[in-house]
Amino acid sequence: MNVILIAVIVLGVVGLVSAVVLFLASKKFAVWEDPRIQQVSEVLPQANCGGCGYPGCSGFASACVKAAESGSLSDLNCAPGGQAVMEQVAGILGLKASAAAPKVAVVRCQGTCDVRPHGVEFDGVHSCKIQNMTGMGETQCLYGCLGEGDCAAACLFGAIKVNPATRIAEVDESKCTGCGACAKSCPRGIIELIPQGPKNRKVVVLCNNKDKGALATKECKVSCIGCGKCVKVCDKFEAITLGTNLAHIDPDKCKMCRKCEEACPRGAIKAFNFPPRKPKTETAPVASAAAPKAEAPVAKAPVASKPEAPVVKEAPAPVAPVVEKKVETPKDNETAV
Amino acid sequence: MKTFRIGGVHPAENKLSAGSPIREAALPKQAIFSMFQHIGAPAKPVVKKGDVVKVGTLLGEAGGFVSAPIYSSVSGKVSKVDVALDASDTRRMAVYVDVEGDEWEESIDRTPDLVRLEDRPDLDAQTIVEKIKQAGIVGMGGATFPCHVKLCPPPGQKAECVIINAVECEPYLTSDHSLMLEKADEILVGVSLIMKAVNVDRAYIGIENNKPDAIKLMQEKAKAYPQIEIVPLKVQYPQGGEKQLIDAVIGRQVPAPPAIPISVGAVVQNVGTAFAIYEAVMKNKPLISRIITVTGKSVKNPSNLLARLGTPFSQLIDECGGLPADTGKIIGGGPMMGKALISLDIPMTKGSSGLLVMNEKEARRTAPEACIRCAKCVSVCPMGLEPYLLAKISSQYMWEEAEKEDIVSCIECGSCAFTCPSHRPLLDNIRLGKSTVMGIIRERAAKK
Ligand code: SF4
Ligand code: SF4
Ligand code: SF4
Ligand code: SF4
Ligand code: SF4
Repeated sequence: MNVILIAVIVLGVVGLVSAVVLFLASKKFAVWEDPRIQQVSEVLPQANCGGCGYPGCSGFASACVKAAESGSLSDLNCAPGGQAVMEQVAGILGLKASAAAPKVAVVRCQGTCDVRPHGVEFDGVHSCKIQNMTGMGETQCLYGCLGEGDCAAACLFGAIKVNPATRIAEVDESKCTGCGACAKSCPRGIIELIPQGPKNRKVVVLCNNKDKGALATKECKVSCIGCGKCVKVCDKFEAITLGTNLAHIDPDKCKMCRKCEEACPRGAIKAFNFPPRKPKTETAPVASAAAPKAEAPVAKAPVASKPEAPVVKEAPAPVAPVVEKKVETPKDNETAV
Repeated sequence: MKTFRIGGVHPAENKLSAGSPIREAALPKQAIFSMFQHIGAPAKPVVKKGDVVKVGTLLGEAGGFVSAPIYSSVSGKVSKVDVALDASDTRRMAVYVDVEGDEWEESIDRTPDLVRLEDRPDLDAQTIVEKIKQAGIVGMGGATFPCHVKLCPPPGQKAECVIINAVECEPYLTSDHSLMLEKADEILVGVSLIMKAVNVDRAYIGIENNKPDAIKLMQEKAKAYPQIEIVPLKVQYPQGGEKQLIDAVIGRQVPAPPAIPISVGAVVQNVGTAFAIYEAVMKNKPLISRIITVTGKSVKNPSNLLARLGTPFSQLIDECGGLPADTGKIIGGGPMMGKALISLDIPMTKGSSGLLVMNEKEARRTAPEACIRCAKCVSVCPMGLEPYLLAKISSQYMWEEAEKEDIVSCIECGSCAFTCPSHRPLLDNIRLGKSTVMGIIRERAAKK
């Protein structure tokens, strides 16, 4: 009995003393954390992609709270969260979110196997970084996509993949958050982040080749040769500049007229998500010849001689889906980046 | 018999061209001179299209202290100054010369007479180093580090001995071996010149004992040079590594960087470099040709060729019986440290010690399996590193850890990947890590 009592008392006293010590210690060594960090953290997507340039979402949250003290969030952006999340963050911190245009990744290379043959085989570790270190790689273009998929491995959202048929990386715009992890991982700097654009439309020079024209022509059938024709047709908006034998379109200045796309003798410029071009006058008869065919099964609502969109909208159901698909569905283009 | 202490492997030697005499290769129709034939700043072209050049005319001047000038090895007309594919498998600046005849600059002494050091009492250390610098001599073993830089020790450090690398530890290659058999006297004069340049009275020539004829000949010839000692070494790869050779020959270990061989008093030069130094100083001949081993199991006639720099590799292969039908891979250099080439139009450069043609079967890599933690890679690493770990952290882009694990000490000898029973691509990943970490270190230094 006594033994038990002594044990209880001793342990009780030890426990009490420890509790007091711990209480005092916790007061003395307390680290104060701004509760807003926790709040900001909660609204972030928790993708921990690092696209913001901070070590994960909690790192970004601390950075936001710190930046709030200086009164501006202008340098901070969570790409996967987008504008909505940044507004929530700004709300917590009592600030206004700066408008950051959402971006998507574009792979600036169209050097598929048929336009740029693979002359040798790389037998080493399947990594773009390692293949790039060995020099040219499998093809003659020193600047083009190596197709080993370092970008795909870096993307946390499954938005970029190497197409095994073309051996070029392709972006799925519907999944891409514009975090930029792929661009950082590409040893050849092929991936550019550009604003999504109105209706996802954009015009981009899809080439990264900085060799002189004659050489670039030999290396790949769709290379930019730096001829400057695109720069000339864009003299009104001055959106295109010529770097080292390579044209670049400034997305902020581009007015999406698509003139450069037509002007490029190499097919190096691509317009994304635009409806197909209006048929030219020579092709018009062909189009109208096709019209009666479409008309036949329903035989209703006269189809105008010019198959233009507004007319189609009034057309009866069976006709509409066929033409409309042609006009407005950008789906096919989206994945073909 | 002596060798280095840590690690090492012994791959099949395959010295197919051993004993075959040096043959002079025919002149090319067009020679291409890359401006990047050495480590350091590229040379700057000083000729333009249409210029007429002779053998020995300057084509590119050194682009800095750690750099080397480039001379024409042929006579003819400059057809263009443009990018060309070179042995690094990328396109870089080069001078193209269309060959016409074979006219030499008058200043070059083309007689075969041996000039001894005693015949030229006017030569002092400074003149020798200056001549070496002017001649564009670089490390001929393949490292291509500008030679004069090594002969100017940093302030406060003094050389105690010269070590000549004649081990030729790479399988297949026999260019140094054949050079020793045919140019022993010139090499010994070259070694004396190096000794004079760095002001030491002791030199060692390290030769692996798979070349008994060369050891015997050199020992005989060296009797006239009491300061030069021939050191036979046990065959062990990578004995030709600077640090490994110093350890093998004089038993000193070079500490981790920033220490360099001179920190332990050694100046290491390749035997081919010694010969080039002889020709530059005594014969006024800039570096315009070298011995290259063209070899491979399917090559009809493996040979040691004396070829002019700028000759395309395709021509050298033709001289040795043409490209075998079963070719799977062509390597510039030896099988351990060489680099696969993507084209045969690539011209030979100052560092081209060999051209190895592998057949389809040899060329294929075996598919890697999981690491079985056998630690063989650790035991063979001559730098005492842990290759499996370096490869793992590099493949995961953990650069800070890689730096802590001393990845920059890796000499890229490939012993680890050679020995791994699971055929893991250790060196591929380690190279990526090493070059990235070196980039990070350079950036950090630049910021300071
Ligand atoms: S030339 Fe341009 S499009 Fe063609 S492979 Fe190179 S980077 Fe790609
Ligand atoms: S494709 Fe690139 S930018 Fe888009 S989400 Fe993936 S990694 Fe981020
Ligand atoms: S875009 Fe860059 S990272 Fe992606 S597969 Fe091509 S080369 Fe590799
Ligand atoms: S027109 Fe085409 S090839 Fe010419 S510079 Fe523009 S993008 Fe390049
Ligand atoms: S030798 Fe290969 S299997 Fe053995 S520990 Fe090293 S990496 Fe692993």
